[in-house]
Amino acid sequence: MSQQYIAAIDQGTTSSRCILFDRDGRIVSVDQREHRQIFPKPGWVEHDPKELWANVEVVLQEAVQKSDITPEQVAAIGITNQRETTVIWDKETGEPVYNAIVWQDTRTDEITRELGGDQGQDRFRDICGLPLATYFSGPKIRWLLDNVEGLRERAERGEVLFGTIDTWVIWNLTGEHVTDVTNAGRTMLMNLQTLQWDDTVLEAMGIPRGILPEIRSSSEVYGQARGYLSGTPVASALGDQHAALFGQTCFDPGDVKGTYGTGTFLVMNTGTEPIHSKNGLLTTMGYKLGEEDAVYALEGSIAVTGSLVQWLRDNLGLISTAPEVETLARTVDDNGGSYIVPAFSGLFAPHWRSDARGVLAGLTGYVNKGHIARAALEATAWQTREVVDAMNADSDIDLTTLKVDGGMTANNLLMQILSDVLGAEVVRPMVAETTCLGAAYAAGLAIGYWPDIETLRANWHKAAEWNAEMDAGKREGEYHNWKKAVKRTLDWVEHED
Amino acid sequence: MPGRIQSIERAAALLRFLSRAPQGVGLGEISRSSGLPKGTTLGILRTLQHVGFVEQDAETGHYRLGGGMLSLGSRYLDGNELRARALNWADSLASLSGESVRIGTLHKNRVLVVHHVFRPDSSRQSLDVGGLLPLHATSLGQVLLAYDPLARPEDAEEDPAADLPAFTRHTITSPEALARRTATVREAGWTWEAEELVEGEVSIAAPIQDRRGLTVGAIGVGGAVERLRDEDGEPDMQQVSYVRDAARAVSRELGAIRF
Repeated sequence: MSQQYIAAIDQGTTSSRCILFDRDGRIVSVDQREHRQIFPKPGWVEHDPKELWANVEVVLQEAVQKSDITPEQVAAIGITNQRETTVIWDKETGEPVYNAIVWQDTRTDEITRELGGDQGQDRFRDICGLPLATYFSGPKIRWLLDNVEGLRERAERGEVLFGTIDTWVIWNLTGEHVTDVTNAGRTMLMNLQTLQWDDTVLEAMGIPRGILPEIRSSSEVYGQARGYLSGTPVASALGDQHAALFGQTCFDPGDVKGTYGTGTFLVMNTGTEPIHSKNGLLTTMGYKLGEEDAVYALEGSIAVTGSLVQWLRDNLGLISTAPEVETLARTVDDNGGSYIVPAFSGLFAPHWRSDARGVLAGLTGYVNKGHIARAALEATAWQTREVVDAMNADSDIDLTTLKVDGGMTANNLLMQILSDVLGAEVVRPMVAETTCLGAAYAAGLAIGYWPDIETLRANWHKAAEWNAEMDAGKREGEYHNWKKAVKRTLDWVEHED
Repeated sequence: MPGRIQSIERAAALLRFLSRAPQGVGLGEISRSSGLPKGTTLGILRTLQHVGFVEQDAETGHYRLGGGMLSLGSRYLDGNELRARALNWADSLASLSGESVRIGTLHKNRVLVVHHVFRPDSSRQSLDVGGLLPLHATSLGQVLLAYDPLARPEDAEEDPAADLPAFTRHTITSPEALARRTATVREAGWTWEAEELVEGEVSIAAPIQDRRGLTVGAIGVGGAVERLRDEDGEPDMQQVSYVRDAARAVSRELGAIRF
């Protein structure tokens, strides 16, 4: 029998990709297409759902064809996707009733405040693990029902369907209207205990249950593909950060992955019971494999990490490319007493202070651009430390190893600083494409391509490792200074309108 | 045709010298290495500083290349940038070859390791990014020697005809033998060495070129002689093709269009 492969589709915020993996978890072929970002008004971000689907079809076919693999050699298709982005379409024609409202879109600002009412943003937190915020899908559905003419009536008559992007792709690929627990968990509409849609929240948000997809596990056969890979099982769906957790083989409680891009997403596996955070983290799903118990996670996101380096490049002109920040930072041995807290649009996890704004603290005549470059890298590390401290406190498990991925992991100095600041080992896996790998793993497990998660663990190899070299006294002193700098960001915005 | 202008030649020589020392160099050392009087050297440096091609560290007084030079898109390629651009391809090379991968650039007549990917097994390994390797006894170094007319082994700087230091009994120690090796590298587009630096180890490397076809670095694998050399004492050609494919992929990433 000829060699079989798993195809992973990653429908992301800026592009759609397809990667084919072999049994050792190695990349055999990649294809990618970018799509348009539509900005109708300040703060609004949309995608054309039909363009997304067309691109997914193209990359799937191209990835297979450019590798000389026949469609029959693709054993299963796995899906990972940008989370929370919301589409509603006509059940009969498949025609979207409106563009997809992207997770970054802030048009639901007012709706989320209204929904909070007297109880504030944590009104549904015990049920769904999330605060009322513009990212999540529930309020976006509400906005569409309120603003697209005739949509509420059509929704109540059962003529339209809602989906996050996983659902949109699976529906187009197979005709099935399903989602997985990780994606459903980002709508605010799913009850974390029952893993079903929650009537209390649905009623409060005014969303008819009939438009919602069926919630399934992250790893099972949802249906057979139509089109180019006709008959191939579609066997996994995971939101991108959850797929990365799975691709990094964070299978044990206490395992943490960090994806370092323009922002940073830290996710900790917390086992089979949800932990309600007392320290400003989100409670979210890790993954659910078929009939097995669901695995939960804590998530802490940092808004500004890589984008601070871009800011040094584009707004200050200190460097001409992002990787040069390491060269500049290495011209000095320390931060020269300076600290940057990049609270460009407030502080997120674990502080949640929208009144905060960025500071560059500790300036003296001694500080030069090398020190500032170093302070910028340290800002990413200290922000990570704050989230990890919150995770440790919530879970009672102390982090020993951080598994990293994303573009910023090319920065060796940052990785060393990260290890120093956490007092923990930092490791980078051989396959940097952990998001696609996670979707491929979940699909492969569902059809028996890989027998169990132990096999997947054996596929995981370190590409690089960093160990803490900073002594504990120095670390605590620097952390103390960082916290002082954070204090200085607070109460900056005095009149929010 | 007008003759060559000496001061421009001298300025070019100083810039070339500074490009090898990103941390900066003092006036005395620049003057000594260039063989120019201090006064002349200072005059040239100040002029270059004025046009933004050189900058002086306020604290140490050392000179280094200025931002104006970098934005010219000169042959200088930041090692950290090279790593960022090569990251996925180096991972893929390690994964396919099953060996550790290194990327090296020329630095003060040695090979500076700018990227290192562990061998994909469960053995304990430590990162040696920032390490310096001898040019004449590594395949990375031999590639850099072959494609850079200015490169010469550190130990041959004083006396080009002197023997090079031996690390094993296989190390190339005569300048003539080294010249023959680099000529074959240029011909083949890749090279390998067996036990020239470390007993029992083989390395294979190929050049990384930028959009102007200039060699800006080398990428290669290294590992046990039993795995990388066949029974006939020849390098494993499958591994050679992995290395050459990776070198081409990184070169494409840097804008090289010849492949």
